[in-house]
Amino acid sequence: MSHAFYIYGSYAVTGLIVLALIGWVWLDGRARARELQQLDAAGIRRRSAQPKDGASA
Amino acid sequence: MSDNSLAITKFSDLANPTRFLALVARILPWLSGLTALALVAGLCLGFTAEGDYQQGDTVRIMYIHVPAAWLSMMCYTVMAISAIGTLVWRHPLADVSAKAAAPLGAGFTLIALITGSLWGKPMWGTWWVWDARLTSVFVLFLMYLGLIALNRAMDDPAKAARVSAVLILVGFVNIPIIKFSVDWWNTLHQPASVVRMGGPTIDAEFLWPLLVMAVAFTLLFFALHLAAMRNEILRRRIAAQRRMAARMASGREGR
Repeated sequence: MSHAFYIYGSYAVTGLIVLALIGWVWLDGRARARELQQLDAAGIRRRSAQPKDGASA
Repeated sequence: MSDNSLAITKFSDLANPTRFLALVARILPWLSGLTALALVAGLCLGFTAEGDYQQGDTVRIMYIHVPAAWLSMMCYTVMAISAIGTLVWRHPLADVSAKAAAPLGAGFTLIALITGSLWGKPMWGTWWVWDARLTSVFVLFLMYLGLIALNRAMDDPAKAARVSAVLILVGFVNIPIIKFSVDWWNTLHQPASVVRMGGPTIDAEFLWPLLVMAVAFTLLFFALHLAAMRNEILRRRIAAQRRMAARMASGREGR
């Protein structure tokens, strides 16, 4: 293949940037889900997710 | 909240972040699978197609450069529509959409700039020229970085959303400049050969891999955008819950 350095270099850089974007979105999602779980375990919930008055009594 | 109340029956239902999260959970696995299939098909087509009689094998760079360049402009257009949603309708997800799209737009613009440069060196004999097309795309990249920095520099999310939306709309003037720069000025970058009046001028041998990769990149963008929007909604939900917990704690201390 002629100009292999430029062709494979282009695909490698594209792969790296795309993987970085996927990694950022995936890791950010995992971290947010973990954070929400920790808040939930500490009893800190959104008003709509809290047990209604009397329901838990 | 029952499952029934989360059903999406009309477009405006998407304004509810909880409904939106349920929709994302349902369609993201399918969208990711489709993206992977389209990427594999595009790569297979790209590497089995003939080389060009002038460009030789470097035409294969076009199968990633052109879709990335299209996506860099489409992403900004999505942000501009979101900015209108923020300023005009105060749609609860509009700012989430714009904020989530900016790093993706910066990524695709960077791919277009680097692959263009890697194609330019063997074909033009230079990595870079300050012609109208290359310069306006570089300005687009700087605008993405500026918008990311601006949004993260402001503590008040509502104020950051409005200021970012105004700046996004002002910056939208760059999109037609990028598109028509090759017609309005004398540029080293060639004029449009796919999206043009009179139809594409490139051979079907090159057009198919290009279109399949364009579909793959578009699917990739929407998959990443939906996932990044979901993350941003969760981030805002966490911040709201922390504020609520702080208020409850200070209320207890005050008694």
